[in-house]
Amino acid sequence: MEEKPVTDKLVTGADWEPLIVAFFCNWCTYTAADLAGVSRMGYDPNVRVIRVMCSGRVDPQFVLDAFAHGADGVLIGGCHPGDCHYVEGNYKTLRRYHLLRRVLADLGIEPERLRLEWIAASEGEKVAKTINEMVEQVRALGPLRLSRRFREWDAELASLEAEVKRGEEVAAHV
Amino acid sequence: MSDKPKIAFYWCASCGGCEESIVDLAEDILEVAQAVDIVFWPVAMDVKRRDVEAMPDGSILATMVNGSIRTSEQEEMAYLLRRKSQILIAYGSCAHTGGVPSLANQFSREQILRYVYEEAPTVVNEEKVRPQPRHGHNGTAVTLPEFRALVRSLDQVVEVDYYLPGCPPTPKLLKQAVLALLSGELPPKGTVLAPDTAQCDGCPRRDTKPTDLKINEFKRPHWTQIDPNTCFLAQGIVCMGPATRSGCEAQCIKGNMPCTGCFGPTSRVRDQGAKILSALASSVNAREPEDIEKILDGIPDPVGTFYRYSLAKSLLRAKVTR
Repeated sequence: MEEKPVTDKLVTGADWEPLIVAFFCNWCTYTAADLAGVSRMGYDPNVRVIRVMCSGRVDPQFVLDAFAHGADGVLIGGCHPGDCHYVEGNYKTLRRYHLLRRVLADLGIEPERLRLEWIAASEGEKVAKTINEMVEQVRALGPLRLSRRFREWDAELASLEAEVKRGEEVAAHV
Repeated sequence: MSDKPKIAFYWCASCGGCEESIVDLAEDILEVAQAVDIVFWPVAMDVKRRDVEAMPDGSILATMVNGSIRTSEQEEMAYLLRRKSQILIAYGSCAHTGGVPSLANQFSREQILRYVYEEAPTVVNEEKVRPQPRHGHNGTAVTLPEFRALVRSLDQVVEVDYYLPGCPPTPKLLKQAVLALLSGELPPKGTVLAPDTAQCDGCPRRDTKPTDLKINEFKRPHWTQIDPNTCFLAQGIVCMGPATRSGCEAQCIKGNMPCTGCFGPTSRVRDQGAKILSALASSVNAREPEDIEKILDGIPDPVGTFYRYSLAKSLLRAKVTR
């Protein structure tokens, strides 16, 4: 999973814009996003929507991977409780979301960077409103820039050569 | 020197358990010692680093390195042994996925040094002296390795050919690996030399695992009377079995303790902690946020539980703000 240069530019540029990855379920939230589109509703362009068959398909690995690859926020959209096309999928998502927020907080990522919202197929406006709110919230939190941080963390690995050389010089003096 | 294949063992940030596991080969170690020349094994043999440096590049058939990488010296040894060996094997959880030492990735270097040298209850250090990488003493300079800001798995520093998982790996897996090395019948590079199925698959308690787990409460093993024949998850005890690779012969489970995940994930999983999080959370028997939260309170340290052996190799690698 290589980093896309376009992502990189967004994440590292001085004119930072929040980057949100959104996982929308096929049956409700994605259809609502489609409705928002055909209804010509405007919303912030900071979101990259990924359609999944069910919010229950959103493996917590997807969320962590999105953060690791430079997302500043992750939004999960599913059917309202009781409306899941697969009966139980969104309840599973809800439980995972609660535990994942705990893990994120323990690993230094503000839990507010992950949001779960129930949006029915008819709620195009709610898609626009949720995205706008989330972009504002993440903007207030500031950039996460994990892919850049990883590079900074690993910069110390490049210092070995200089350290070895210094050690040899010290040894030569003794 | 004979022309038997050459094998080396080395340890980095580890507890010594992996070294023990080599000795656990018991009389089989004689068979191994007969088939190969062990050219470097600091825990058991007096061979110095300069002796390794003098060996031709690629002259060691295989080196098994255990322990994670925390200091610049360990990095240097990893590079050296990589250069001298045809095959480099990450031996044990720490080299494979970071291991228990990589839980320290939740803290900054400053937090760790301050605690260890100043705040630990057993430490008296009024002048707050800390080890320095370079120090002048009586006109001579002495050095210590750099303490890196992160704990890393072996493959986050050098290229690794194979992995032997476990804390520690079992003698059976080690023997199989040595035999494979000697026969030259090796699996594709990057393979974890253990079965690629989940722990639950071969668990002796498998038949007692309900199809539809419903967890009403998480219980901590040391506060619980554990039924020795029933699935741990069915008893509300966190067991890493669903997200962990098999091959350990279910030793903990046979000792009536749940799996803690030392064999790492299977090849289909990228992040072991996220996977067990997913499995456990979806089995929580509640639908309202407050009820879910109440049940989740039963896991007081999710990171330490889900990533006990794999934080270095997890997707986030460390606490982001340390």
